[in-house]
Amino acid sequence: MRAGENRVWLLHIAVVLVILALHFVLPPYHHGILARVMVLAILAMGYNFAFGYTGLLSLGHALFFGAGMYAMGLGITGLGLSPGIAVLFAIVCSVLVSAIIGSLALRTAGVSLMIVTLMFAQAGWYLILYFGEITRGDEGFVIPQAQRLVAGIDLADSNNRYLIALILFAIVLFTTLKLVRSSFGKALVAIRENEERAKMLGYNVFAYKLGAIIVSGTISGLAGAAYGLLFGYVGATFASVQYSILPLLWVLLGGASTILGPFVGTLFMTYLIDISSEFTEAYLLVAGVILVLLTLFARQGIVGEVKKRFAPWLP
Amino acid sequence: MTDYLKKKQSRRQVLGTLGAGALSASAISSMPGFVRYSQAQTSEPIKLGLQVHRTGIGAAYGRWYSRTTEAAAKFINDNGGINGRPVQVITEDDATDPKRGAEVVEKFESEHKCDVVFGTLFSHVVAGSAPRAGELKQPYFIVSEGTQLAAGGLNRYVMQPGITDVKSQVQSMAPFISKNLGKKVTMVFPDFAFGHDHRDFFSEAIAKQGGEVIAKIAIPPTESSFTKYFPQIPRETEVLYHVMVGPAVLTFVKELGEFFGSSSPAIFGFLDSLEAVDMASPGLEFLEGSYFWEGNPRYAQENQTEYDKFYRNAVGVDENGASVSDANDISTYSHMFGCWETMNIIKAGMEASGYKDVNDRSKLIEAVEAMTTIPASNAHPQGDKIFNGKTHQVFGHQYITQVKNSKLVLAHTTSIEDTFYPDAVDYTTQSF
Repeated sequence: MRAGENRVWLLHIAVVLVILALHFVLPPYHHGILARVMVLAILAMGYNFAFGYTGLLSLGHALFFGAGMYAMGLGITGLGLSPGIAVLFAIVCSVLVSAIIGSLALRTAGVSLMIVTLMFAQAGWYLILYFGEITRGDEGFVIPQAQRLVAGIDLADSNNRYLIALILFAIVLFTTLKLVRSSFGKALVAIRENEERAKMLGYNVFAYKLGAIIVSGTISGLAGAAYGLLFGYVGATFASVQYSILPLLWVLLGGASTILGPFVGTLFMTYLIDISSEFTEAYLLVAGVILVLLTLFARQGIVGEVKKRFAPWLP
Repeated sequence: MTDYLKKKQSRRQVLGTLGAGALSASAISSMPGFVRYSQAQTSEPIKLGLQVHRTGIGAAYGRWYSRTTEAAAKFINDNGGINGRPVQVITEDDATDPKRGAEVVEKFESEHKCDVVFGTLFSHVVAGSAPRAGELKQPYFIVSEGTQLAAGGLNRYVMQPGITDVKSQVQSMAPFISKNLGKKVTMVFPDFAFGHDHRDFFSEAIAKQGGEVIAKIAIPPTESSFTKYFPQIPRETEVLYHVMVGPAVLTFVKELGEFFGSSSPAIFGFLDSLEAVDMASPGLEFLEGSYFWEGNPRYAQENQTEYDKFYRNAVGVDENGASVSDANDISTYSHMFGCWETMNIIKAGMEASGYKDVNDRSKLIEAVEAMTTIPASNAHPQGDKIFNGKTHQVFGHQYITQVKNSKLVLAHTTSIEDTFYPDAVDYTTQSF
């Protein structure tokens, strides 16, 4: 058991170290892409916590991503907060938003949950557009470079951005790894597998599911705050429905209920679009065909298939 | 606009003179028989990255922005290129998405090694991309109409020398509307930033003309039926100002016609609503007699300039504003000239600054900042312009056309001065 435990931790530490090593060797373009992928993978990991481990199919995570992004952005430009405090503010806002949305949406389940979360996210997107005087609506706003300094570290610098993204990615990676292997995480998996049995065993299913939504939403909000701060732009696009669908897609591609799946799925999808767009204008068609093939022949996702065929010990 | 025309003798002024010289040279070099291609120190092409909306909501614009850019590249190359070097356009699709836009900016810089990036239209893509352009110290020439640039929201590497912004366009309409159509205006606009810009800028401008906006009707962006909003239009409305965009515009016009019948107020709209849409489309009959803002008249007018004739022919647009190869493929004529003119500004700036490679980017920015008057020419077929080096924004004539027999006929041309507004930023004070 101890050896297995070590193997899991060593694998994830190795992944982080490989990404750190890539910092020194990647060409600038791929260096920038990987920084962006790490931040978006945080969103995907947040999504995976609710969907993959708890079985809560949400189409509303754009709301959490956008809430974190706008709380951070408006915290800096509107409230005059420093970037570090603004990120903490964003985390607090994400906790509140996910707690409120979770407590309402979890009165439903299954397809209804999907629709309710989608509706909440659409309402959030409309609010951003409606209060355009504050949010600059669909156009969004830029966070000036001068306001993107944290303890003297310029986040507009590509090296700093990469390393900050890696630190945040690693924190979320290990936190979710710890959580899913804790009794809390195991209870979530039990609820996902058989909710009625979990109830009979005495678990407060609603409280556990709410906890999962809060963890998931907060991680997603952190991703939004990090994205806005590291890339200097806050916009309503990031609160639109596509940012509810994309994390679902990334997780399904990489492997739901695997810790590394969200990162692998985000990386794969990003490069699929990027590379196919170099060869044809119909790159979305190419991407679509490849996604269909993956769905048909690798139903567990990339990491999920690896887990199923070669490494059942993967968390 | 303040006193940027009254400069002390300085390096900027010298560059401005050089810029004007380059513009003149550009115009002269387009004359038949001009001896092309000077001897360049290198024959390496100047790489211009076109960030284009090939997919997503901006795809109709992107298609024509690409065509116009290719035509402009041919025009420039046929006339000696830039500093004797050919121009190569490298195109990347940003999917009309701010995230992808930023990635594309990085790709132009790191993968394609472009000298400058240009061509972005939708303002949210501009806002998402501009920070990366600034961080990469990459000149980023937008063709967007967005107001964020002149409001000071972007950075020194971002410039808009080829097309006016929404604030200019909207406020310059107010004198014509108040004098010719009426003073009590009801506005119908999409409930997002673009619509809010119209609401705010026009309300202010019409008030200065002694008029007023008596109702502001915001339409949610995903709305597909509009009849329920029309009862909100006050009976005393003299002018209905509309600026709907997106695929629902045909439904909007049809339902508007059904609501008003033959007793409608005067109608004024922005052609953004109907770019790439045939004015003879079924359902648009109700617009007969109404007025439109146009950035550049789609239909060849009676007083068509030789410059417009040349440009129209070069891009492959017929006298009705459609592709010469497909009469159903309507151009985005009110906006796409911005790509043509921006390309020629880049040429003029590079030639004025003696641009050789990316190490000269700051010289290029300074050269463009130093430009002032831009005379109409084959390089600038939309008309004369004045560039404000402080705000990085160009100002120019706007056109008001009337729908007659399903064609847009020129009714009024604004002065450039009608488009001026006070400076909100001085980018020249920002360091490179």
